[in-house]
Amino acid sequence: MADQVRLSKVALSADFARRVEELSGQSPYRCYQCGKCGAGCPFAEYMDLLPSQVLRLVQIGDERVLDAGAPWSCASCLACEVRCPRGVDIAKVMEAVRLLSLRKGRTPFAVDEAASRRLPQIALVGITRKMTP
Amino acid sequence: MSAELEMIRVYIMGRAYEVPAGLTIMKAMEYAGYRLVRGVGCRGGFCGACATVFRRPGDYKLYADLACQTTAEDEMYIAQIPSVPAERAPWKLSELEPEENFILALYPEVARCVACNTCSRACPQELEVMDYIQAALRGDIAQVAELSFDCVQCGLCAMRCPAEIVHYHVGQLARRVYGAYRAPQAGHLAARVEEIESGTFDQELDTLQQMSRDELVEAYRKRDVEK
Amino acid sequence: MNTILYYPGCGVADQARSMEKGAREALTALDWEMQEMSRWNCCGTVYSLATDDLMRHVGPARVLARAQDAGQERLLTLCSMCYSTLKRSEQFLTADRERLDRVNAFLDDEPDYRGGLRVVHLLELLRDEIGYEAVQERVVRPLQGLKVAPYYGCTLTRPRAAGVDDPERPTVLEDLLTALGAEAVATAERVECCGAYLTASSPDVARRRAVDIARAAIAGGAELMITSCPLCQYNLDTRLAEARGSSDLRVPSVYFTQLLALALGGDPAVEEHEIDPLPVLAARGLSVEVKA
Repeated sequence: MADQVRLSKVALSADFARRVEELSGQSPYRCYQCGKCGAGCPFAEYMDLLPSQVLRLVQIGDERVLDAGAPWSCASCLACEVRCPRGVDIAKVMEAVRLLSLRKGRTPFAVDEAASRRLPQIALVGITRKMTP
Repeated sequence: MSAELEMIRVYIMGRAYEVPAGLTIMKAMEYAGYRLVRGVGCRGGFCGACATVFRRPGDYKLYADLACQTTAEDEMYIAQIPSVPAERAPWKLSELEPEENFILALYPEVARCVACNTCSRACPQELEVMDYIQAALRGDIAQVAELSFDCVQCGLCAMRCPAEIVHYHVGQLARRVYGAYRAPQAGHLAARVEEIESGTFDQELDTLQQMSRDELVEAYRKRDVEK
Repeated sequence: MNTILYYPGCGVADQARSMEKGAREALTALDWEMQEMSRWNCCGTVYSLATDDLMRHVGPARVLARAQDAGQERLLTLCSMCYSTLKRSEQFLTADRERLDRVNAFLDDEPDYRGGLRVVHLLELLRDEIGYEAVQERVVRPLQGLKVAPYYGCTLTRPRAAGVDDPERPTVLEDLLTALGAEAVATAERVECCGAYLTASSPDVARRRAVDIARAAIAGGAELMITSCPLCQYNLDTRLAEARGSSDLRVPSVYFTQLLALALGGDPAVEEHEIDPLPVLAARGLSVEVKA
């Protein structure tokens, strides 16, 4: 492995892709980049990367995806999951990316105390669970 | 007292000691030579200062109880929890709106409860701690107040919680808000306040204030005690 | 009188009580009664999508074990998030004996969950067991002329294996509305997520989603939307009302249970809304009183 050719200046890690695969139970390599997930995603317009681009970065083992905002705009609504022609449960991949990001000590945002006084608790339980590594 | 003392072996903070059978964990520790300064209080099971955790031989379970209320057993592994590091969220009763989701706002970690029930199993008062945390989650402060009423604030629930909730502070918050805003007002309290304000006791108080120390002691000894 | 064991969930037990009141009124008219579980805990709201946190299944497993221990073969839910979380956890645990054993070993303060409990949404009970024809026969206040957009959201129909209907072309709410005499309006956003819990982290995303959903409903000619989830209801009422530029998009929402109760002659338990549904109902001859 010592003579591997680097095609990118970014360090890529097959281990990272494998870790996402383990944690999500989904093979990122099934994705053939058709983009149907992002086309139907109600949150794509709020994302810095399309869901298919998140998948792509995972496929090539690019850990910069851990700093992306897109997984935090995903509400696990599963619109992509029911539509993916390759049967990839993309929401599970998004969850794995969120968890790995949290486990590296990243905090995506804080829920405002004053605002949370008026929110239904199921919203708070939902967001708290999503922010628990 | 002719028979010899029956002795048992206990492990306190990792060291073996021979102590007489039948002592509480607290007394066993003192017998072993510990001078308890922190982690001790009323010695009657009310103050919650003497949280302790222990295991019994051949049992994987980690037990939690009050050292002053639990009998030491042979081959018991014992550790004291003299203080529970936990922050009481800053709140002022007068600024809380009982209709709002104030519990989750002040203690957002309540939303992390996974319903594992470890807290209830740790509670020396045998409270249904998880049930009151679940009630707190759904904003049912009456239920929280009722289920947590006998809490002695020992903090063992908080030490065992995988979601890092500080149950006893949550229970206290709910009880305070319930008491201030929701519980029915006590009729006898209002009547007594009325009596005080109308001067019913003024003369008695004046008399007390004129009395010497000896007269006060004498009066105290002779007082009527209601059982 | 038929009875069914019922799991309310935190939302329904708190700010979404009108959803439950409507369901109780309606079921009484249909000779059914919901019996609330004597002890229950939060389902966790969001189903865990990771492979390494069995701990998140402990809460649902405790609910399932208690329901089974009460001698029941099924458990009714109203909230679609509770439905989804409980049903998916049930499937996850029942599918793998080893997993189930591990959770049971942890839950040593409960009777073992043996697997196989059926988690049932009220819509399934109405459609599959009571039957929409029987519902139609009991209608005493037909919702004649009322144009209603069903809003499914996510967890009622997704994923497919834990949904009450086809995830892309569901009809369970439309068919119910037809049985009640209302006119079901097709809209482009009926199965697209409202933002769910993102309302806590990104309220503006939830507002903009609510605007998109309301705009689609109005474009379809709807004057009212129905929901099956307290979080959808919050986003479609409070977040919509707050959204900038929503002044001509103020289409109200109620729980489907409330319309059901109304049509069956019961109290629809309309409480305070940001966007008041009463004028819309009154305009169709369906005046109701608001309970304090």
